Amino acid sequence: MTALLIRGGHLIDPAAGVDGLKDILLKDGRVAEIAGPGKLKSNGTETLDATGFYVAPGLIDMHVHLREPGQTYKETIASGTAAAAAGGFTAVAAMPNTIPVNDSPETTRWMQAPERGAAIRVFPIAAATRGSKGEALNDYAALKSAGAVAVTDDGHPILKDNIMREALAAAARVGLSVIQHAEDTRMTQGASMNLGPMSFKLGLRGMPVEAESGLVERDIRLVTELRDSRVHLHVAHTSTAAALAAVRQARRNGLRVTCEVAPHHLLLTDEHVGQYNTNAKMNPPLRSAADRDAMVEAILDGVVDAIATDHAPHAVHEKEVEFENAPNGITGLETALGLSLRWLHKEWKMPLGRVLSLLSAQPAALLNLKGRGTLTVGSFADVVVLDPKAEWIYHARETKSKSRNTPFDGWTMQGKVRWTISEGRVAYSSQ
Amino acid sequence: MNTTARRKLKTPAVEASPFPYHPGSLLSCNDLDLDEVSHILGRATELEGQDPLVRDRILAKRRVALLFYESSTRTRTSFELAAKALGADTALISSLSSSIEKGESLKDTGLTLRALGAEAIILRHNSSGAPWLLEAETRLPVLNAGDGMHEHPTQALLDLRTMLAHLRDGVDTVAADTLAGVTVTIVGDILHSRVARSNMLLLPRMGARVLLCGPKELLPEMAAHAGPGIQIERDFNAALRQSQAVMMLRIQAERLAGLQLDLAEYKANYQLTGPRLAEYAPTALVLHPGPIIRGLEITAGVADGAQSVILEQVRNGVAIRMAVVERALMTQMQGGRA
Repeated sequence: MTALLIRGGHLIDPAAGVDGLKDILLKDGRVAEIAGPGKLKSNGTETLDATGFYVAPGLIDMHVHLREPGQTYKETIASGTAAAAAGGFTAVAAMPNTIPVNDSPETTRWMQAPERGAAIRVFPIAAATRGSKGEALNDYAALKSAGAVAVTDDGHPILKDNIMREALAAAARVGLSVIQHAEDTRMTQGASMNLGPMSFKLGLRGMPVEAESGLVERDIRLVTELRDSRVHLHVAHTSTAAALAAVRQARRNGLRVTCEVAPHHLLLTDEHVGQYNTNAKMNPPLRSAADRDAMVEAILDGVVDAIATDHAPHAVHEKEVEFENAPNGITGLETALGLSLRWLHKEWKMPLGRVLSLLSAQPAALLNLKGRGTLTVGSFADVVVLDPKAEWIYHARETKSKSRNTPFDGWTMQGKVRWTISEGRVAYSSQ
Repeated sequence: MNTTARRKLKTPAVEASPFPYHPGSLLSCNDLDLDEVSHILGRATELEGQDPLVRDRILAKRRVALLFYESSTRTRTSFELAAKALGADTALISSLSSSIEKGESLKDTGLTLRALGAEAIILRHNSSGAPWLLEAETRLPVLNAGDGMHEHPTQALLDLRTMLAHLRDGVDTVAADTLAGVTVTIVGDILHSRVARSNMLLLPRMGARVLLCGPKELLPEMAAHAGPGIQIERDFNAALRQSQAVMMLRIQAERLAGLQLDLAEYKANYQLTGPRLAEYAPTALVLHPGPIIRGLEITAGVADGAQSVILEQVRNGVAIRMAVVERALMTQMQGGRA
């Protein structure tokens, strides 16, 4: 029996409507008791003094690439989850574009095995189709029993109407969502950034906005046609105003269509590609200022359901190449909270509870993670203790990830993680 | 669809570019202010007029590497002749006969050349932005001899020298109004052209108006937003009528990436023919960066005709490149090597 008492902190649990000074007792991986300050007896229980800190549900990132199995020189489940814990996350959903592709219950279980050395919980998202080739559906019931929390062919969008329709229907039958990386790859051949004046100036081929919004619109049409309220389409890393408009409209029509936004799409534009900075290369690409402003607008308006990092580690030598040849993606687990509090909360005045909810309760709900994203009695003891006001500078060289491909090196962050507690164990401590 | 944000929110600033790291580098026309342009034009004239046996002491035994990932006749030869004219030793590394074929990266190739004693690298590369990577990794002066679809700054400088010779009596001190009243039309495959991009960045800064002319597939509307002083005129005849210089471009078949063009229609609309030139621009200069595809973008008669300055451009290439190679090796990094 293990127990941990967190005393003196300010408990903020948006899902439960809690916002005040509380002590919280964690026992056997669950929240055992919550009471006013000083009301819980320690009786020799290990105690964390959270005086002056906020105590919140551990963060949940529903979109990460942990690279294991197959590309452990970029990241492992152990290193990726260590970075996640440092960023305040207690759960991450791992995308299936590993080598081999995670399209089987065996790989799904393997990723969750204790031997992987995960610092926090890993929830695999399995491939929607065999080998993510977009041709034949996997057995979603078997994947779900093995622990998969959604299906997707992330990075290899499902272009064929009939396959996507079948995937949405089959996933709905077993209570899973289909997550789509919305990119009509027929429109993005050879492209390495957003299509616009910047791509013209830099002499790079560009991805049009319509490659994203067109596929989102197609997917929404399929959801409409299925006429099944269990169908849940989740749009990954939304980056364009047009795609957001489609999601907004779908929701007005009563469809279960949700979306996430990555911090870099809220903060950066294609101008940040600058002089061919490969750490500003990802897919979807950094868009125009108008699109970026629409992302910010949408998240403030509540259209966006979650903040997800799309943490995509790549080795230094892979990014030290010609822009067109560099792989897509940036790391994000250690900067998501610091950027969200610095910009969404401090600069754009989103209440702290809403920011934390976008990073915990809401992704928990989207992935149907029972007992997570909240700190009510009986919930999992997934906790982050943080100082929301502390400012600090992020240094990529100090990362716990195996990779350091971030455009946020040297940026000012707000909100310092003091402890991250995963199912009652301290997974990260800043001292 | 409404893409305009209702609230005006502060967002993170774009950091200033650290490039070029080396003041002797020439990566983009944007790196040069008009004083530097004047300096290069002036040195080109002086070096061209100098006794070859005196001139070749300027960079005697200095080492310059020519790193070429794409084939080239004019640029490569003129850079090589320019460096040699100043006395430098040159080494040519081309992608097909080097370890690049075995998979050696641009970074490693650059570091290897530096270890071999190269003091400057002249780079031609098929990927846009490659010179920025090479400069960042080697911290040597890098001269961009054409990167993908991006820039070809020495071409723009030699085009400028050619135009000044005819339109401004060969002045080599330029100012913001030196080309005021001059319209230069660039015609054809603008989308894939690094020559077009460098010229449209450079010429308007001296007051010239740049007209871009071509079909939508090869000239997207966004090209007009590449900088000030740039407009699109899709009617070739109307553009010619306004022009003191017309720059014809080759269709870059190697970069079309599956794009299908109706060549007969292209020729009907955009080929520079003798009658068209005589009717709409009987006194305009005709430029072409080469290679020319006779009978496609330009007829043989116009290429060889009295208004053509195409071979003069080639000659100016050697003079301009002497000046930029000298600038690369004689400009010291402030505070020593980084």
